Amino acid sequence: MGKKEKLLMNRRTWLGGTLAAAVIHVQTAWGKSIQIPTLSSEDDPTKKIGPGPSKLGKRSLFEHPVRKPSDISSRTPLQDLYSTITPSDLHFERHHAGVPVIDPEKYELLIHGMVDKPMKFTLRDLKRFPSVTRTCFIECAGNFRTGKEEMTPQDILGLTSQSEWTGVMLSTLFREVGVQPKATWFLAEGSDAAVLTRSIPVSKGWNDAMIVYAQNGEAIRPEQGYPARLLLPGWEGNTNVKWLRRIELSDQLWMTREETSKYTYPVKDRIRQFSFDMDARSIITFPSYPANVEPGWIEIRGIAWTGRGKVHRVDVSTDSGKTWNSARLQEPVLDKAHTYFRYLWHWSGNETEIMSRVIDETGYMQPTLRQLIDARGVDITGYHLNPITAWVIKRDGSVKFKSESWK
Amino acid sequence: MQKAKGKIGFKGFVVIASGVIVVTLSSLYNRTTLLHNAKLDTSRRTTDSLTWPKTFGYGRVATTQDIAAWDIDIQPDGKGLPAGSGTVHEGKVVYLAKCAACHGAEGKEIAGQKLPAPALVSDTTFQGRKSNTIGNYWPYATTVFDYIRRSMPYTAPGTLTNNEVYALTAYILGQNHIIKTDAVINAQTLPKVIMPAKKHFITDDREGGAEVK
Ligand code: HEC
Repeated sequence: MGKKEKLLMNRRTWLGGTLAAAVIHVQTAWGKSIQIPTLSSEDDPTKKIGPGPSKLGKRSLFEHPVRKPSDISSRTPLQDLYSTITPSDLHFERHHAGVPVIDPEKYELLIHGMVDKPMKFTLRDLKRFPSVTRTCFIECAGNFRTGKEEMTPQDILGLTSQSEWTGVMLSTLFREVGVQPKATWFLAEGSDAAVLTRSIPVSKGWNDAMIVYAQNGEAIRPEQGYPARLLLPGWEGNTNVKWLRRIELSDQLWMTREETSKYTYPVKDRIRQFSFDMDARSIITFPSYPANVEPGWIEIRGIAWTGRGKVHRVDVSTDSGKTWNSARLQEPVLDKAHTYFRYLWHWSGNETEIMSRVIDETGYMQPTLRQLIDARGVDITGYHLNPITAWVIKRDGSVKFKSESWK
Repeated sequence: MQKAKGKIGFKGFVVIASGVIVVTLSSLYNRTTLLHNAKLDTSRRTTDSLTWPKTFGYGRVATTQDIAAWDIDIQPDGKGLPAGSGTVHEGKVVYLAKCAACHGAEGKEIAGQKLPAPALVSDTTFQGRKSNTIGNYWPYATTVFDYIRRSMPYTAPGTLTNNEVYALTAYILGQNHIIKTDAVINAQTLPKVIMPAKKHFITDDREGGAEVK
């Protein structure tokens, strides 16, 4: 490195340092203090050379999208995203005993039970099989919160995220081990401290299930199941068993705790079990709380999805549900995937409610909370609850969640 | 082989082309797109499964020891239950030592107190229940054994002996008034326990479509 070059390097590093040092503290919507850099007139970017190349990229100093963690999960900031891929570090988390640390060199997947040849595969083995990449959403089955006006899309239903997953089709492995025709269910077991298990119909395994080891082009994140997880496109998040260590084939199911005590819900005087498909759902992510809008043209934006195939149509209402118009769908519309929609609207400045509803390719239309209560009774829980979500636009331009209670 | 396939594609084109007058513009578009794809299929195989070997030969055959080390699941008919047994009385001793700190002295919900873990004990009445417990919500007794053995105690999972798990299962079922206080729980008796909540469970039969259910 020449002397001049070295000087430049130091200067660049130093420059990067000064910019980061000038910060102000602001309160976020949830009362958390974050640092925002301030620029003085001396910081004209056309007058100073910026920092040079680095090993690992990072977000702009001005952008702070974060997950919102609780004790048992963390939620995706849907209101901060502009399209349907969730940045991997913002993918929601839900686990039952924390995130395990698994050495990829020691990782093995066991497939046994009603198979001709019980087998163990290392991660290296899994990666050698013909691979497939597909984009789809994963949504937790318990993904609805309500209760106050000051709730963001993240608060209401932030337990849904979308990635581009890469791995091996489970059917490829089924073929390899020789799954016997009499096998109707398989058990998927994780290697976290919950050793979480779910029973899955073998047909899903032959259809579109995958064992994935990559997320958005790189190795899957620990929170999403590193080094390998089950991916069941369109099915409730919990069945997509992370840190997968074992698959057992059988002609009967298991009735594990996660499919009896949990992930089941009252429907009138019954308890409904095995709701694998995630019902069609949509939400307007802009404008939404805590945004402020001005009268004039507003492009309403949001996401819609269904576990039963493709989004067929998204309707938007800007007059509290009296009339509905079709939104534009961002192509390509993918199977079992978050689909971005947009609807151009001219806001007069009067208070109103805006909302979206999705129609999927089976003809199912996203219901209102009232419809769900009428169909299932007042004892409904947050499991498999997909009501239309409305935002109130107040005269001062503030946007609030229309929180409906059902009891 | 390749050539013959191309010919079939071409025939298909003729058939569709002669139908042009009767099809709508949009369906014509769909058909031609399909046809276009079909034609591509013949010139280059988009699926290589035909050439896949019977086996890739990756991985290794799992030994009986490999399977035994991980195969801990229990099915409702009792398949998978290990040797051993336990009683309500034995279970109480283990429970107080290893579970009560999180699940409460009796496993019951305590008014005005927030326990770090869910209540395990209640009466067996489903209607009007305050929370879901093993007594009023769990459909299979085998699940109690399976879950405790794999996941509990929360901070030290996998440390209980099979006899301890049987005893804890007996204790919790006894506390919920599902089995008698002198019952012995083992691989034969556990699958025979009928859980009060079982009759309430139904399997989701929805398959999409207009109905809200
Ligand atoms: C350190 C606290 C702690 C200890 C000690 C503990 N548990 Fe738990 N237990 C939990 C938590 C937390 C959950 C909920 C886990 C979840 O939802 O994934 C739970 C869940 C359970 C459940 C399932 C309840 C339901 O309704 O689904 C059972 C059964 C259970 N524990 C039994 C036991 C037994 C038996 C012991 C003693 C061997 C024990 N636990 C010790 C914290 C604890």
